[in-house]
Amino acid sequence: MRVNVEVNGEQRTADDVWPGESLLYVLRERLGLPGAKNACEQGECGSCTVYLDGTPVCACLVAAGQVEGRSVQTVEGLAAKDELDPVQEAFVRTGAVQCGFCTPGLVVAAHDLVHRNPDATDPEIREALAGNLCRCTGYEKILDAVRLAAAKVRDGS
Amino acid sequence: MTTTQPTATVTGGIGESPLRPDGAQKTRGEFAYSSDLWADDMLWGATLRSPHPYARIRNVDLTGALKLPGVYAVLTHEDVPGDNLYGLEHADQPVLAVDVVRYQGEPVAIVAADHPETARRAAAAIAVDYEVLTPVTDAEAAMRADAPVLHPGHEGGNVVRHCPIRFGEESPQADVVVSGEYTVGMQDQAFLGPESGLAVPAEDGGVDLYIATQWLHADQRQVARALGMPEKKVRLHLAGVGGAFGAREDLSMQVHACLLALRTRKPIKIVYGREESFFGHVHRHPALMRYEHGSTRDGDLVYVRAEIILDGGAYASTTSAVTGNAGTLGAGPYRVPNVRIDAYGVYTNNPPCGAMRGFGAVQACFAYESQMDKLAEALGMDPVDLRIRNAAERGTTMPTGQVIDAPAPVAELLERVRAKPMPARPTGPRDLRELPGGVANTTHGEGVVRGVGYGVGIKNVGFSEGFDDYSTARVRLEVIAGEPVVSVHTAAAEVGQGLVTLKAQIARTELGVQRVQIQPSNTFVGSAGSSSASRQSYVTGGAVKAACEQVRTAVLERAVEQGIAASGLAGGKVVSASQEVLADLVDVLGDEAVERTVEWRHRPTTPLDPLTGQGFAHVQYAFAAHRAVVDVDVELGLVRVVELACAQDVGKAVNPDAVLGQIQGGSAQGLGLAVMEEIQVVDGMVRNPSFTDYLIPTVLDMPPMSIDVLERADPHAPYGLRGVGEPPTLSSTPAIVAAIRAATGVALTRVPVRPEHILTHQGRGSAGETIGE
Repeated sequence: MRVNVEVNGEQRTADDVWPGESLLYVLRERLGLPGAKNACEQGECGSCTVYLDGTPVCACLVAAGQVEGRSVQTVEGLAAKDELDPVQEAFVRTGAVQCGFCTPGLVVAAHDLVHRNPDATDPEIREALAGNLCRCTGYEKILDAVRLAAAKVRDGS
Repeated sequence: MTTTQPTATVTGGIGESPLRPDGAQKTRGEFAYSSDLWADDMLWGATLRSPHPYARIRNVDLTGALKLPGVYAVLTHEDVPGDNLYGLEHADQPVLAVDVVRYQGEPVAIVAADHPETARRAAAAIAVDYEVLTPVTDAEAAMRADAPVLHPGHEGGNVVRHCPIRFGEESPQADVVVSGEYTVGMQDQAFLGPESGLAVPAEDGGVDLYIATQWLHADQRQVARALGMPEKKVRLHLAGVGGAFGAREDLSMQVHACLLALRTRKPIKIVYGREESFFGHVHRHPALMRYEHGSTRDGDLVYVRAEIILDGGAYASTTSAVTGNAGTLGAGPYRVPNVRIDAYGVYTNNPPCGAMRGFGAVQACFAYESQMDKLAEALGMDPVDLRIRNAAERGTTMPTGQVIDAPAPVAELLERVRAKPMPARPTGPRDLRELPGGVANTTHGEGVVRGVGYGVGIKNVGFSEGFDDYSTARVRLEVIAGEPVVSVHTAAAEVGQGLVTLKAQIARTELGVQRVQIQPSNTFVGSAGSSSASRQSYVTGGAVKAACEQVRTAVLERAVEQGIAASGLAGGKVVSASQEVLADLVDVLGDEAVERTVEWRHRPTTPLDPLTGQGFAHVQYAFAAHRAVVDVDVELGLVRVVELACAQDVGKAVNPDAVLGQIQGGSAQGLGLAVMEEIQVVDGMVRNPSFTDYLIPTVLDMPPMSIDVLERADPHAPYGLRGVGEPPTLSSTPAIVAAIRAATGVALTRVPVRPEHILTHQGRGSAGETIGE
């Protein structure tokens, strides 16, 4: 089948899509956007988190056909080329990135959180990110990153 | 001629925390992991695996797979041109099974097709006729003489290795004796980036493999052997690695992808899904450990006796070395005059076990620390006081006869975590997210009891027991666009730990040059050894330092030839002994680069005596201590870790932020082992191969961590540094379990602790202090 979808502000078309493919597969293997990651492909780890019509979803749990005519924003589309979104910048600055496989999903989830609730308390941050697994960091520096990004958003508004 | 301009400062050297060079790419989603690779005309590989833990293969019928449209190749062991057996320590594992399968998930056949789903369906369409055998699933039973022998050619039956440690008197007398039997479940590394890679057939008949691994050259050696090719025709390139923790030491899809690429003459991509990943790599050895500790009435340890049985599963992997660690480190970081330990690594039909962060030392640490708590209770002593009283220090003789010849601040680490302020006692209504059970809303504080526990551990750094442990670094200094630039090339695997940052820091410090380029890791330079055993900062760091020193010497010689009385490099200048600027480095270098390649070794270790376990087995010891504070809902058996405090001696914090990241991440994996993580194996079958059923800590499970980093330089190590990655994974587990015991009064003897362990024991109650209303 053919899938038409807006990705990072651009109209894209994927052809010969097998109906069993996920949005994650289409992004990674058909549209050249491997930023969303394939850590579990069953909605448990959050590493494939993308915005679908402005709502964060696990791209692995969205069937390719479900995105027809809709809008997707991936981690690659958060900032202009060679620039960093304040959330991305915060992850780099605080040392929240080790192997980095969880990072794209966490960046999208954190981006959603700090724009929804820039005053989030620590328990609120933890609850908001509880669907994103990280195996390297123990989450301490990820919390630092989200606090820093939230402060930037607060200062900016 | 002497100039007077001040030396520009080079930033981002040793002891600083420059940002990691791959950080921005990783946050933008542009860092190319092994599962992100793509090539024109690429095919997908898939693997057919055994559904049985133990079976004879009567027949394999490929017809069903071959007739599917889109299938390009279906291969079995008959298509392996070289040696069908591989392995890190013993070549006992088939690339593809021949006539027997020894664990559930063992690869039997591989397929290449034009779509991953087609490849999976083709694999499923292969008909294998199995004669199912009764699996050997109990490691202790597997050691008995009447057990079925799983590897008939192996000397010693099902015992892969017996490591005896005999130290001091055979039958020492003690005033107080405590004994216990302890069990550690099978933990998974659960890296997030699944096994994956891309094999590209080359025009010379060889192959280029882009792969996530911990040791490129070990892979190269094994792949070349299986392909029946000279190593130089098998070129490995490190792709982005999504975590490792030991699970990428053994081969997974490396040979399979190369076989399919060479057969189809097309690039082959293989990416495991999460379920397949649980079958695609080795796990942490489950352990059964029987300990007996004897002490004087005053609390001086008299002896430790232990029997440690490690279930190695179907193939040896690194079981021998894991067994050696469990044995040599099995008495812990203590002064013990008499030690008798027997550690066994055993073949069964359970999933193969091998390397995971902590590597044999984790299992032993849970047992000996549980014993120290038990002994403290028997003596009526404070458990930290007992540990400090017996703490190893510089000059202590280990049970191997090896004298610790570097700082060993075990007592100070314990004192530091004990002295840290306790987390505030909750007052008023509790936030559900901070209570056991969390937003499942199982308690508002009633029935919740707080407990505090301690643990300390000892881990070896680097490869031990006489292994020729080395790394290779190529360092080049040249002028690019009018600036001095250092290029560092090693084959070391960056797996997330930050070695790419550290190599550049060393080059900046040693050569006084700001700009450093880190070349991609590949097999075009000599081996760096494995990114495991907490060894890369030490060994590859040592190699980079040594290569930089040789480059510096050559540059200074060149300066002297030019009539400059140079004695050092700093801030892009050639300087005198008094740091006076003598010339621009750019001018001294001119158009001619200086390049040196160095193979660097740490001081040698020796094998253990096979009968007594005596020997200079380990190049370096590393230590960490934890204090854990937990809240336990004693009515439901639910645990929440409130805080982890850690103190670790790192010798020299080469990159302080990265050191903290290692301690935080290592502590988290120890927490996982304490209260969450276990691969459930029933009759040789894995029951929970998914992140739905195998639970690793989320951000809600992790507490805040308070960390003290000590820098007591090891005089034998580059910059005095000590390996950092593993020690915190040892001590967090027993500290948490001790805290649960303190809260509940239950004599817990197994990890992970499950609710039923807390609830089904007699004596359930509130030994700790109730913090509810």
